[in-house]
Amino acid sequence: MAALDASAVPTVFDGAANTAAVVVLLLEFSMLRAALLRTQVRLYAGQSLVVAALAVIVAAGRGIPELYMLAGLSVLLKAVIVPRVMLRFLRSAGTEIAGSGALGVASEIIVALGVAGFGFFVVGTLRIQSPVLPAAALSLSAAVILVSFVLMIVRRDVVSQAVGFFSLENGVSLASLVVAAGLPLILEVAFLFDLLVAVVAFGVLMRLHHRRARSLSTASLDRLRG
Amino acid sequence: MNTVLLLVTILPLAAVAVSLVAGHRASAAVTAVSGAASLGLAIALAYGVPGRTAAVGVLRADALSVVFVLATAFLYAAVGMYAAGYLAAEARAADEVGGTQAADFARYSRRFHVGINVFAWSMLCAPLVDGLALLWVAIEVTTVVSALLVAIDGTDRAAEAAWKYVLLASSGLGIGLLATILMYYAGAHALGQSYDLAFSPLIRAAARLPATPVRLSFVLAVVGFGTKAGLFPVHTWLPDAHAEAPTPVSALLSGSLLTVSFYAILRFYQVTAGTLGPRFPQLVLLVFGVASLLLAALYVLDQHDIKRLLAYSSVEHMGILAIGVSFGAPLALAGVLLHVLAHAAAKGNAFMGAGVLVRAYGTKSLVAIRGAAGRLPWTGPLFLISVLALSAMPPFGLFRSEFEIVAGGLDRARYAGAAILVVLVTLAFLGLGLAATRILSGPAPAPPSPDSPAEAAADGGAPGGAAAGPRAAAGDTLVAIVRDREAEPQDVPPGHGEPSAWMVIPVLAGTAVLLLLGLHPPEALTGLFAHGAALLGGRP
Repeated sequence: MAALDASAVPTVFDGAANTAAVVVLLLEFSMLRAALLRTQVRLYAGQSLVVAALAVIVAAGRGIPELYMLAGLSVLLKAVIVPRVMLRFLRSAGTEIAGSGALGVASEIIVALGVAGFGFFVVGTLRIQSPVLPAAALSLSAAVILVSFVLMIVRRDVVSQAVGFFSLENGVSLASLVVAAGLPLILEVAFLFDLLVAVVAFGVLMRLHHRRARSLSTASLDRLRG
Repeated sequence: MNTVLLLVTILPLAAVAVSLVAGHRASAAVTAVSGAASLGLAIALAYGVPGRTAAVGVLRADALSVVFVLATAFLYAAVGMYAAGYLAAEARAADEVGGTQAADFARYSRRFHVGINVFAWSMLCAPLVDGLALLWVAIEVTTVVSALLVAIDGTDRAAEAAWKYVLLASSGLGIGLLATILMYYAGAHALGQSYDLAFSPLIRAAARLPATPVRLSFVLAVVGFGTKAGLFPVHTWLPDAHAEAPTPVSALLSGSLLTVSFYAILRFYQVTAGTLGPRFPQLVLLVFGVASLLLAALYVLDQHDIKRLLAYSSVEHMGILAIGVSFGAPLALAGVLLHVLAHAAAKGNAFMGAGVLVRAYGTKSLVAIRGAAGRLPWTGPLFLISVLALSAMPPFGLFRSEFEIVAGGLDRARYAGAAILVVLVTLAFLGLGLAATRILSGPAPAPPSPDSPAEAAADGGAPGGAAAGPRAAAGDTLVAIVRDREAEPQDVPPGHGEPSAWMVIPVLAGTAVLLLLGLHPPEALTGLFAHGAALLGGRP
């Protein structure tokens, strides 16, 4: 990979893009360890902002004006509407602290590190080159997606699991900036609209769960088996 | 043909609009009419489309999509009628009681009818949209709507099933979205940086796509959409959701939703086979298919809950579809498409029959449902027929389809795959057959016996006598109360247990369709299957 020609020297654009992608992954790790559900939702909002910022960087650096529109819409939906819905639900539920995860925080982070490293290097070996963003961003998005799965698996409350799914979607958005930046705006908007519909369904089901189980914990969800 | 195509995607929306404003009876009637009309339109498509492609705007129908539209439309029609009977007792009770409970029921009925029409609409649209991106959008809509429908009864168990379902299916579709954008990336090498993932150009350009992204995209698509199609190991939401959803929804989930997701896998298969040749995608599908079939056959053998039994049978049939595609012979591919239709009819029948049994006995526990032949003179035998049809007994449609799949496999010298298929299907037949014969002719349980409710509770899978009591005590919806009232063990004279004729007629129709598909499929259908098989690369 280390070709010695000039193109191997990272440009400012590459640096900015990679930094944004790394921040997205770091925020994913922070969500994994956040003890307060409110904090987790705010970290998700922050992560969505960074993904939108990356879209702006790509729009400016590569001259794809549709991405400005996409960035604006995703900020509105993922950094404003979704977090507000979640925070309002948390206020009405009156629960602050997430239930204990399946693992301790330290073990969670170690597992997540292993999984993230696996995703990062495996996707790196595929040599998928993109004309838009440095390939490292794709590897980072794979790591984000895998860590979001760890988050959904080890945390045992509906809010963390929902946030895990939403951040999974952020990871996919990051990947789509790398490999599908030219995707027509109308399709991107359809994806966002779908996310909005999913948020409504998640909200309804979280409320139903809270009403029936009188808690946010998923520990009681073990009656259906066999 | 283009008008028909537009109408199929608009008609259910009209039913949604009516259900939003009209009362229970009008909504039920409109749902049934809309289902029947959609079926008529789908049949018109089946006669008009073979050999060519109809397209309007973002809609596109070819032989492959029409098969899936037919399956959905048939179940929509059957379920539309069945639902009228399913809610009839509650509607009567609501009229008698009046007051807040009548208002509760009106709300439930509105949600139910709006939900089921939106659900059917999204599943009719999914195979008719042009392009992988829109297909993903449509399938995500089916997930959201069906998750809300699974939760509609509002019980603890329904809440649990719905939460598992929405989380697992949405995460699966997250992977499916990743597969879609990777396919976009691969396509960009041939079609330029900005295009809309429409099927025809993508499939035409398939040979020029880079191999690695396509390979990755296909595997991600099988895992992602396979979550919704119920392939092992990502099937775990399926038995819960199928068991806890209201019966009309279970029938739609099993017969239609699973196959619509499988349709998405087939579209990825078309592109991947064009790029990499058929070996790689066939191998992937074979592995997932055999694993699903094996798991389902074992779970069917030892199952205590009638709806979970049928749910695992769905996993089994999705495995058969995957194995059938992996054989790659034209005969096997035509068999797969026939299987989609016949499975929709048979599984719809089985769930609708099971719904009547659950209603009549007030439990889902197979231990307690005995002696149905005497108590339910129509549903009992019809349920047995559906189970025989599901187990691919002649002369029903699934016998023909599985025969074609196995024959296609032998034709391509896939002896091991064909042998595994036959053995595991036989194993599943053993489980289903045993359960069905016990249901029909087992000694009727003495209702007041203290054993059976206790056993049912010990199963952990039965909400019957044990779990139903507290539900009513908690002052739940009228729907739950009526169900519990009917669930009380009572001495029903033999032959007077059928709750409603509306719950029998669709099953009779389904049986007729199964016989038709098995004995002599209409010319138009066989033509459709042959064209669909050719689209999947099954040209000899």
